Amino acid sequence: MNMSFGLFARQNYRVLIALCILLVTFVAFFSLHPRHLSVYTLTIWANQGTCLAFVSMSQAMVVLTAGIDLSVGPILALSNSLASEVVNGSPSHVAFGIFLVMLAGLACGFINGLVVVIGRIQPIVTTLATGTVYTGVALFIRPTTGGQISEGLSDALTSNLYGIPTSLLLVAGTILLIWVPFRRTNLGRGIYAVGSSEGAAYMSGLDVNRSKMAAYTLAGLLASFGGLFIGLQTLTGDAMTGPSYTLISIASVVLGGTSLSGGIGGALEAIIGAFTLRTINSMMFFAGAPPLAQPLFEGLILMAALSLGGLRLIGMRNRLDLWQ
Amino acid sequence: MVKVDKPVLIAFCCSAALILGGSFFFPNFLSIQYLLQQLHIASFLGLVAAGAMVVILLGQIDLSVPWTLTAAAIASTAIANYAKGVTAEILAIVVGLLVGVIVGLLNGFGAAFVRVHSMIWTLAMNFVVLGACVFYTGGFQPPGEPLQVMRFLGVGRSILNIPNAIFVWLGVSIIMIFFLRRTKYGRYIYAIGNSEKATYLSGVKTRPILFLAFVIAGVCNAIAGMMLAGYAKQAYQAMGEPYLMPAIASVVLGGTKIQGGSGTYIGTVAGTIFVTLIGSILSVMQMPEAGRQVIYGVVIVIMLLTYGRQERVHA
Amino acid sequence: MNETAFLEVKGVSKHYGGIIALDNVDFACCRSSIHAILGENGAGKSTLIKVIAGVVRPETGQMKLEGREVSFTIPSDAAREGIFCVFQELSLMPDMTVADNICITNPPRKWGLIDYRAQLHRAEELLARVSCEDINPLIRVSDLPLSRRQMVEIAKALGRNPRLLILDEATSALTAADVEKIFDILKGLRDEGLALLYITHRLREAELLADTCSVFRNGEHIETFSQGHKTPDEIVRLMIGRAVSKTFPPKPQREKPASPAFKAQEAPEERSKSSVTPGQTPAVSMLDIQGLSWENRLHDISFSVRQGEIVGLGGLDGQGQRELLLALLGVLRGVQGVIKIDNRRVRIDSPSKAKNPGYGIVMIPEDRKTEGLLLPMSIRENISLASLDKLSRASVINRKMENARVEELVRQLKIKIRTLDDPAGSLSGGNQQKLVVAKWLLLGARCLLLMDPTRGIDVGTKEEMYSLLRRLADQGTAIIFHSTDYDELVGMCDRVIILYRGRIVRELVGDEITEHQIVASSLNLTVDQTGSCQE
Repeated sequence: MNMSFGLFARQNYRVLIALCILLVTFVAFFSLHPRHLSVYTLTIWANQGTCLAFVSMSQAMVVLTAGIDLSVGPILALSNSLASEVVNGSPSHVAFGIFLVMLAGLACGFINGLVVVIGRIQPIVTTLATGTVYTGVALFIRPTTGGQISEGLSDALTSNLYGIPTSLLLVAGTILLIWVPFRRTNLGRGIYAVGSSEGAAYMSGLDVNRSKMAAYTLAGLLASFGGLFIGLQTLTGDAMTGPSYTLISIASVVLGGTSLSGGIGGALEAIIGAFTLRTINSMMFFAGAPPLAQPLFEGLILMAALSLGGLRLIGMRNRLDLWQ
Repeated sequence: MVKVDKPVLIAFCCSAALILGGSFFFPNFLSIQYLLQQLHIASFLGLVAAGAMVVILLGQIDLSVPWTLTAAAIASTAIANYAKGVTAEILAIVVGLLVGVIVGLLNGFGAAFVRVHSMIWTLAMNFVVLGACVFYTGGFQPPGEPLQVMRFLGVGRSILNIPNAIFVWLGVSIIMIFFLRRTKYGRYIYAIGNSEKATYLSGVKTRPILFLAFVIAGVCNAIAGMMLAGYAKQAYQAMGEPYLMPAIASVVLGGTKIQGGSGTYIGTVAGTIFVTLIGSILSVMQMPEAGRQVIYGVVIVIMLLTYGRQERVHA
Repeated sequence: MNETAFLEVKGVSKHYGGIIALDNVDFACCRSSIHAILGENGAGKSTLIKVIAGVVRPETGQMKLEGREVSFTIPSDAAREGIFCVFQELSLMPDMTVADNICITNPPRKWGLIDYRAQLHRAEELLARVSCEDINPLIRVSDLPLSRRQMVEIAKALGRNPRLLILDEATSALTAADVEKIFDILKGLRDEGLALLYITHRLREAELLADTCSVFRNGEHIETFSQGHKTPDEIVRLMIGRAVSKTFPPKPQREKPASPAFKAQEAPEERSKSSVTPGQTPAVSMLDIQGLSWENRLHDISFSVRQGEIVGLGGLDGQGQRELLLALLGVLRGVQGVIKIDNRRVRIDSPSKAKNPGYGIVMIPEDRKTEGLLLPMSIRENISLASLDKLSRASVINRKMENARVEELVRQLKIKIRTLDDPAGSLSGGNQQKLVVAKWLLLGARCLLLMDPTRGIDVGTKEEMYSLLRRLADQGTAIIFHSTDYDELVGMCDRVIILYRGRIVRELVGDEITEHQIVASSLNLTVDQTGSCQE
């Protein structure tokens, strides 16, 4: 009796729609692409979207708890800057460097969590402030762009493995090895509970604070993945690369079907949104849109996609449903 | 009777402390010249913060600040290419304000009709305006020159050698205080920030108020943009960037709750002054950008820990 | 009672700001017993159990469990001792599935991760225990109606294997059949050794279920006695602190013609089985509703309301009463049918339009805290909110006029306040409701819609509300009154319309309005002359 396809569709309609949109844009993109779909072009496409995918996953963690993380970009920048200092040299040195960068991301996320949970300050202002601190630290590490990142590792992780882009494998690996197990723990499920109704979660006896801390800390880690990857892609560190990513990460999260009021969505949805946005971005280029008009078109398309969310209002019969 | 609440008091006291403390290292802190200069710089931020406050009071947020500001500046300076003389002056102001109004209306549309979270809608709006500007300027330095009136307002000084910008800020502030405390629209804004549902059920038309708030924000941003163009003698691409986050910080440090429904304008003024002072002191200390960012962030967190803490969800 | 107490509470006090919720309370309950806690709202019942369940910490006092002193800081402390509570505000996460909710704190695990299949089985088992096999555990809680959610909440509590189970008004939205099932389950659990605290303000439920009763009033524990040792009258007296008095103002004589200024008018066609009392001169019909339908919640509703009339909306919970009132207020979209005011057809599409002087339809909503008031804003601002257009000139609020009018209303309604600047949230429930009424009195209304207005209000304020409503009716206001309290419908209304599944099944007029008739009609039974029911 339990799970019929109809029920599944009704409960997951947002991510299904997002998936459809991704497929459509994917097909459109590769149709327009002069060199069409091949392992090579697929790899380039995947590489372009991966960093945003990680950053969007990071944002999703916090958004699920009904918060928002404006320090996602700065943590990315900090990780990237740190990577440009330590992820080089001998293989063991590189490995240690990667470990260090992840630790830094974890630490940043943990600090965010502390201020939000123990300080009881609203996430938006908290991460606004901590974000500037992290940008400062990033600037401290890397006052000017530059640095050095292991080229060997870069080659390995930005190409492909038996035809599948390695970057996609990294993303998939993160989902399978980190997200899926985490979601199946009490702590991970607690994130959804907190976002759905913090009061109810508390009354149920759930440790609300621990779940929130976990969300922010994990977000920091995932953002550092993004920083590592962009470093591998560009082979440099840039302390100011943050701001553009922060805001786009919110857009991808929403586009993929995660609700800003928490409790609905997840990492997978965020990735879908990220790749959709990046594909649209690249599509502009190949569609022959005048380069000067590209940002404008991107913005308009983003607005149009967001307006889809407004469609639910057409069917709304009781105006009070607007405010739950 | 003006009720002064804790955050406002703290913000003002900290500002005073900064000035007094800084004067030990830099005696000219206490000079009228310096203080006026600080107020001058603060007035640009103050305008943006005023608009941001109205939107935040509603429980919304306006992230389209950077490019609305820039677009208004670009549009109004571009008038120099099309007209001359007094017509140009008037036209420039009108066009600039119009940019603010249009963006405000579009933001309001997103909030009132599409009912998408304003954070994401105004974000997208920012991109769109950015795109429009890039398209128009061709990626180059925006053509045109700030007209006399903008320079007059942005950088000029008339009475007692006080920068005109401060008077503009003062004027806008007086209007704001009156608007929020004495008019029914101000009352509705606070009400909606507390609960749009209850306000709606009390028979208030909430949609026009949403539009109104975003238009006010748009206009404030536009005025700031035009004045800035006058101050910097040109409109330039990144002119709006440094104003978004500090504006939000000013509003929040002034005691306005980020979820809306409560806050006083005086608080926003106090917050603006405080944020400006921090920025100035950091640059006077010739702290590298890295250190400035860190200190700026840490100070905000400390201030918030002092009085920005929320109630427990469950007591 | 010879058993030693399972839970003992001594000298516990708790206050919120200036309001004393619990005042030096001593309390005890035993295993294998169902212990009802009775009291009006504000008596301290909810606060007491929140202390016991670890949701709030008391300022003074101590708690002993089986003789051992305990102190709970958070709910999981109490949970560890086997104390669980089913709250009025449900502890279910709306976006999560029923199964997830039921097993939220202690799910079955496999290799350290949640075992969803085992969880599903556990949920199914528990739902079967409360006879709710029809609920699919994979559905999101937000898709369930309130009554089903309450059952899920109970199933969830049972799943924690409680030693002490507390139910706080847990049956308010349940159907009679569900309530019976729950009572059977609870009695079964009691026999197995469970200690049960049952909060209610319905004496009948306490009679059916409890072994012991405790009465609370104004934050104090008044008395505890075995069920059956006191008459209902005595119990009520304990609850309200004085003799039961006649609580309803007299209704107008139906034979007396209304004011000469009213024109006699033909009553419009109605599809109900009403009969007008002979000799009555109907007053002017203010509101006529014909064929009102909406979605699948309202079907072909037709009736009219005259000036000065109090019409009750009765029936079981959720039969469309709320939707009907919302439709009249203009909140619903896609409403079909005709609404006429003063015999003129109107189209109302928002509360803003509804409150216009020509129409004058306003609503006192169900939940004053989230729908009726802005709790952090001042008393003055709340009362004047709906009338700011009237109180302003060129959009500037005339403060003197505002203050004068607001003060007048506070006096008139005898609202107990300190200053007008205090936040509305600082007032008691009854006074808060008066604020909502004041808001609409300031504006002036021709037709007042009320959604269960006396829920959660103390008896004193209730009486004042009843007198006020009758006074307003006498002055010509039309009143439509939805209530789940039969006594109110019988005592207050000139006519009662019973809804069943979105249709009017009965209209009762004058002497026809009896509890018996209301109950029968609510269940869609017809009552023949001899008073016996048949379907």
